[in-house]
Amino acid sequence: MAFTLYSLLQAALLFVNAIAVLHEERFLRNVGWGTDQGIGGFGEEPGIKAQLMNLIRSVRTVMRVPLIAVNSITIVLLLLFG
Amino acid sequence: MAYHQGYGGQGSKHRGRGPLVPPAPDPHQLFDDTSAGFPHAQGTPSSGIDMGFNTLLADPMANMAVAYGSSIASQSKDIVHKEIHRFMSVNRLKYFFAVDTAYVTKKLALLLFPYAHQNWEVRYSRDTPLTPRQDINAPDLYIPSMAFITYILLAGIALGLQQRFSPEVLGMCASTAFVWVIIEVLALLLSLYLVTVQSDLTPFDLLAYSGYKYVGMILAVLGGLLFGSDGYYVALAWTSCALMYFLARSLRMKLHPSLVPDGMGHPRGGGRGQTYVTLGAAACQPLIVYWLTFHLVR
Repeated sequence: MAFTLYSLLQAALLFVNAIAVLHEERFLRNVGWGTDQGIGGFGEEPGIKAQLMNLIRSVRTVMRVPLIAVNSITIVLLLLFG
Repeated sequence: MAYHQGYGGQGSKHRGRGPLVPPAPDPHQLFDDTSAGFPHAQGTPSSGIDMGFNTLLADPMANMAVAYGSSIASQSKDIVHKEIHRFMSVNRLKYFFAVDTAYVTKKLALLLFPYAHQNWEVRYSRDTPLTPRQDINAPDLYIPSMAFITYILLAGIALGLQQRFSPEVLGMCASTAFVWVIIEVLALLLSLYLVTVQSDLTPFDLLAYSGYKYVGMILAVLGGLLFGSDGYYVALAWTSCALMYFLARSLRMKLHPSLVPDGMGHPRGGGRGQTYVTLGAAACQPLIVYWLTFHLVR
């Protein structure tokens, strides 16, 4: 497997897109991964599932606007240069 | 954290303007300061520069132009320094390169034969970890970067011996190895976040621990070049076992503060997850080493 730095960037962009596309109401809640279903209180250590749900929610909140910009730039570059 | 800022930052930035004698090195500075007498531009540096150029340029317009240009240059240098400091603390990076030859030789011996080492703790001095010069257990970035470059050169030699060499292949090999390291550091960060371990492992620490596998890779490729396929597998097995043991012991010492004598003493709920992360990270090393080297020793 030969990687370039550009392929790493592409893979990272696709991965973050995949996380951003998971819809809160229609999908995550049905699976049981909604963010209001797993809070376990303050004193305990959050398990792996709670950490994952927190991570998904924070990635979606933070990366929503930058993803629009980065996706547009990538689309334009791919159209121009293949 | 406190020690991020406390390193050489105070000592190097707050000198007076234009001392002619280098200040005595205070114990928090990592390297000797050889840039004495450099005036920091904070107002008009023209007085210091004019005196030097007075005899050369009698033209006052040229004098003003020189003064203006130098003030612009030093202002942009300050801006660049500030921008870089926002992303990456340069002092933190300097800590990883404060090594000397005794440390490097002992660390290389430790990487190849870690079974005799007893004490794996990283010693601290007043909240700041000791530099690699003083503590053999401290991670450094010098050995990984040198080993990375040596590995790229060895890959070029190996490919040349098989008549498969071309400069593009060398660049591809270099970027592949680099990308694998970045992927591994990101995977380690993600798994450490998921098991909610409180440790002081910065991304640079993880980069250092991931980069130690290049030493094993170099030995495996050398064994393959010198002794054929058998030599490659023997060297691969030996360095993989040594690297797994080294990484397991080092990460366990950094992730389990409860093992420190003055720690809490009771195992927390995340202890099992930490063990899994350590063992998983150690187990992935031989796979990556094999993946990155077997195409060189066909």
